[in-house]
Amino acid sequence: MAPHDLRRPFKRAAISDQQKRRELSLLRQAQNRRDAQQQARCLASSILSLQSPVPESEPEPEQPDIELETATEAEQESGASSKDLDVRRASKLRRPQVRKWFARQLMLPEWMIDVPDRLSQDWYVLARPSGKRCFVVSSNGTTVSRQRNGSILHHFPSALPAGAKTRDGSGSAQSYCILDCIFHELDQTYYVIDVVCWNGYSLYDCTAEFRFYWLNSKLEESGACSPPSYYHKYRFSAVPVYNCDQDGLYTAYTGAVPYVKDGLLFYNKHAHYQTGNTPLVLVWKDENCSQYVIDTDSKGEIPSQQQVVLELQDNRQLVTSDDPPVVFGCLDADMIQQSGLDSGNLLRFAFSDGGLSFSDGKLEKADLNYLGKSNRARAFADSYSKVLFQYTVRHSPLKIDDLLASINSPDDQENKSCDIEMAG
Amino acid sequence: MEVTQVLLNAQSIDGSVRKNAEENLKQFQEQNLPGFLLSLSGELANEEKPVETRKLAGLILKNALDAKEQHRKYELVQRWLSLDANAKSQIKACLLKTLSSPVSDAGSTASQVIAKVAGIELPQKQWPELIGSLLSNVHQLPAHAKQATLETLGYLCEEVSPDVIDQDQVNKILTAVVQGMSGSEGNADVRLAATRALYNALGFAQANFSNDMERDYIMRVVCEATLTPDVRIRQAAFECLVSISSTYYEKLAPYIQDIFNITAKAVKEDEEPVALQAIEFWSSICDEEIDILEEYAGDLTGDSEVPCFYFIKQALPALVPMLLETLLKQEEDQDQDEVAWNIAMAGGTCLGLVARTVGDDIVPLVVPFIEENIAKPDWRQREAATYAFGSILEGPSPEKLINLVNVALSFMLSALTKDPNSHVKDTTAWTLGRIFEFLHGSAVEAPIITPANCQQIVTVLLQSMKDTPNVAEKACGALYFLAQGYEDVGPSSPITPFFQEIVQSLLTVTHREDAGESRLRTAAYETLNEVVRCSTDETATLVLQLVPVIMLELHNTLEGQKMSSDEREKQSELQGLLCGCLQVIIQKLGSSESTKYVFMQYADQIMGLFLRVFACRSATVHEEAMLAIGALAYATGPDFAKYMPEFYRYLEMGLQNFEEYQVCAVTVGVVGDIARALEEKIVPYCDGIMTQLLKNLSSNQLHRSVKPPIFSCFGDIALAVGEYFEKYLMWAMSALQSAAELSTHTVGDDELVEYTNTLRNGILEAYSGIFQGFKNSPKTQLLVPYAPHILQFLDGIYIEKDMDDVVMKTAIGVLGDLADTLGSHAGSLIQQSLSSKDFLNECLSSEDLMIKESAEWAKLAISRAISV
Repeated sequence: MAPHDLRRPFKRAAISDQQKRRELSLLRQAQNRRDAQQQARCLASSILSLQSPVPESEPEPEQPDIELETATEAEQESGASSKDLDVRRASKLRRPQVRKWFARQLMLPEWMIDVPDRLSQDWYVLARPSGKRCFVVSSNGTTVSRQRNGSILHHFPSALPAGAKTRDGSGSAQSYCILDCIFHELDQTYYVIDVVCWNGYSLYDCTAEFRFYWLNSKLEESGACSPPSYYHKYRFSAVPVYNCDQDGLYTAYTGAVPYVKDGLLFYNKHAHYQTGNTPLVLVWKDENCSQYVIDTDSKGEIPSQQQVVLELQDNRQLVTSDDPPVVFGCLDADMIQQSGLDSGNLLRFAFSDGGLSFSDGKLEKADLNYLGKSNRARAFADSYSKVLFQYTVRHSPLKIDDLLASINSPDDQENKSCDIEMAG
Repeated sequence: MEVTQVLLNAQSIDGSVRKNAEENLKQFQEQNLPGFLLSLSGELANEEKPVETRKLAGLILKNALDAKEQHRKYELVQRWLSLDANAKSQIKACLLKTLSSPVSDAGSTASQVIAKVAGIELPQKQWPELIGSLLSNVHQLPAHAKQATLETLGYLCEEVSPDVIDQDQVNKILTAVVQGMSGSEGNADVRLAATRALYNALGFAQANFSNDMERDYIMRVVCEATLTPDVRIRQAAFECLVSISSTYYEKLAPYIQDIFNITAKAVKEDEEPVALQAIEFWSSICDEEIDILEEYAGDLTGDSEVPCFYFIKQALPALVPMLLETLLKQEEDQDQDEVAWNIAMAGGTCLGLVARTVGDDIVPLVVPFIEENIAKPDWRQREAATYAFGSILEGPSPEKLINLVNVALSFMLSALTKDPNSHVKDTTAWTLGRIFEFLHGSAVEAPIITPANCQQIVTVLLQSMKDTPNVAEKACGALYFLAQGYEDVGPSSPITPFFQEIVQSLLTVTHREDAGESRLRTAAYETLNEVVRCSTDETATLVLQLVPVIMLELHNTLEGQKMSSDEREKQSELQGLLCGCLQVIIQKLGSSESTKYVFMQYADQIMGLFLRVFACRSATVHEEAMLAIGALAYATGPDFAKYMPEFYRYLEMGLQNFEEYQVCAVTVGVVGDIARALEEKIVPYCDGIMTQLLKNLSSNQLHRSVKPPIFSCFGDIALAVGEYFEKYLMWAMSALQSAAELSTHTVGDDELVEYTNTLRNGILEAYSGIFQGFKNSPKTQLLVPYAPHILQFLDGIYIEKDMDDVVMKTAIGVLGDLADTLGSHAGSLIQQSLSSKDFLNECLSSEDLMIKESAEWAKLAISRAISV
């Protein structure tokens, strides 16, 4: 039995850096696991249950009543609606469900296939910046931008209310913003095209008129339009909005802006912020105000024949993403079998020579040629208005002159003359 | 078979003869185990055989009874137990007979083998006559046999646990051992054997130490033994005192004054091995009192199972001068020798422990010594003073030290550059590190590092990194703590202006020719890691610039070919440091979106390098590279999928590494990282991963600490792949269920309770992940049959009342997840459970915010489930 070694560590730190690395890794992993778990719960409890189009996989109908109640309870003081609470909570989440969920939160314009009535009275027009459409959410001292497909674009500090952890502690839980923006790569600027929440105040149920007014008065004063700095990573800028009279439309169409234009956006002044496709916001473009009028394929080239993405349904019908969907055709069972297709698949087709045929202004027949499954990044099929706009661009486009002319059309003239009469 | 010749051949210098003999022995063992063991024991007992073959026979016997690895040991034990009883009793007779051999080597070999057999048989209530026959030997035999018998008792006490031997026999063993130690025993070898035996037998003496008379007797004999002329006995006796100080701390009060006198005399006058043990006695008392006082501080009622007797506080006026005295007995060049341990080092270490034990009280006792010696011409005095100063920096309150430190700081900085003695510089740099470790940081109110002196401090430390390796290593250490103090300093760090220069200097250090000495290279990289960890956004671009630099270093380690095993080991070590550094950088840059984005340009190349590091080894994976890959997967997200085809085999290799269980554990953690990064893209690899994880769980060779993380990993995978987990559900649930049953009740010591809670947490995290993964899928029905058991588990651990906060939080979360996913299918089950009432209410009123938050979530989910 030898004597026992009694050496103690001498001039040594209590734990080695290797041990520290291991422990920090474990801490990070535990934190990540907690976050993932928290996200899953958050999704389950507050987001999906509020979403009406909860997937068919839901075994039991959810109980939105209870959810709404608790959400309101929690948010009463701040006067926020449960809807923006969810956007705020979800903005920092990951996982595919969150991406899908986010994809449904933006208000998406329909394509202008004919000119709406009362354009000059009821509509605004603005030159749409070219870039990535995204939701920008500032809360708890950080700002996150989410693209249309739900993926995170940036995670950064900003001068938006609650957008950065500044020393003055302006990151309170009650204050937050949700903006509808387009990120313009060239000048690294977020162009704000709409506002959904400002400083804890929900604007979902406000008219576009009010939202634009609010945006113009608040954005500038927040400092978000200042050049980038330590607590403000990207510049924000409001997009000029015009009344859609002749001057306004002409200025939006031809006027100089600091960004590359991608068509014109038309907002109905009375419309609330509504998620998903809406006919109360319209997009229109031609070669003068957009580089991308006709859709290109994955190689960036314009295919000789127009292509569309349609969703295959249980009954083998091919439909658009509209609600209710528009039927473009039907696949036969053999074809579905052979190509290994399932209902819910998004499929790419080209229009063959037959093109589209209409009767009484309604689609009667589409001459479709199957190309294959669509890109996995796609979340939805094309909308009817998009398909039609692309079709008309190739055949008989709606021109700026048509728009200008409609402003002087009898309807408009009638109103104007009416005014004159009363004044007289 | 003529075993003697084979055993001689087995020790031949001729390799082929040796190999042949080993082969013969192996065959013999496999063909006829009882015959093999019998002939070995016969050889050992035979006085006519050469001593070498007798010793080797004993050694092989011992190895046939015990092994280091748990499963191998278990196998050997079973084999022995199933051996023919007749053969066993013959073997044991031979062994006992050998104890009285005049050849002492044979006797002491036999004593070790007997202890091994006893270790197997006594817990089975076999060989009841062993202790009796040993004891009768002690009283009758000649000295050499008595010595071997006492050694046997010592080994036996080391081998078997106290509850196996009844008190009556313990009493007899102790009586024999203590008598053998006492002055009445004339033979020094016997006395030494008895003293060493007592060291092992102390654990059996609980009852005897509770009896005043018996305890007095044992203590008197031990103390007397510290004064015997034989240095070996004095050393062994002090070892007993050290062991008593921790095992019977609460019984020491009556003897502490005497022990102080004995130890003081030994420290002053005795030979070094004895003096070291004497100092160790006080270090050990410090350990005890620090533990007790920590327990006092943690518990508001001030209760502890063992009361503090404040021995150190009472001994302080005499103890401190005694220790300070030792500091002046340094050896030349002790700082260059990594295995050195001498009285000055032991004394200094003890002084540091005393400071931690008594706090402020030590300061006035040490300051005069520092003041008197710090500027003396003799380097020993300057070094001792500096060491004393460094030792007392942990323990006393910052308020008590701050003035002293402010005065000393500039003196230290100047000594580090100007003192002619390397030893003094080494200790000075170490002391500066201690100053920064304990008195610098956001927790200390009056900062000792100010804008006025920061520049000078950094300059001096960087200068010292060019000094001898040992001094440079301490300077790196000081810089480590300097950076650490600015860990949470906010957007702007005082280190920022020097960041570039610090990083450059550290990299230069790693390239020094002598960086392999005094672990200098390791220290430099570790400091670089800490500097990176504590850096702020201001220096993010500089950290980014470091990435290609470290990558190039790592690339260079991959160039060497045809390396010797020594070179290979060095390569692996360096790769470990570089992968560790990259891991820290990745974690740092990955934690912020903007830096992560820029960093990602390097991801492909870094991953390529990690894969090449793995390829350097054939059978094992590099732990540091694995950790770094975990960080990379987290930063990369779903794009990590592109690395999987190549990386997968190493992942599997890591999961199979039972030997280095740390590597296995780290790999399990990385699987979790990858699951979170890839989400559903991990599916193609799930079959392989899940199969291996389930295999690991059912193995008894894998270290138990890896099992809880494996369960958590199930949860990570289930959450990532959702209903696809169905494939593994049955297997995973059955593994979880049996582990849950085992971990509902805890029996055992604190350590076991802690492990059980870790295990529970792993199980619960698995349940959470599975429930949330299946949520919103058409297959939630599959989970319904498991609900009763899971609720029972929750109720079970609630009733036990011994879960920690972490388990409580996870457990109540599982209740919510179950309700959330199963909804009305589990409504009535949930309502019947205890967890949904008492446990939930307890969590709702918890002061721990995390528990409360989980509980509120659970309440919400339950209210939904039962309202349907």
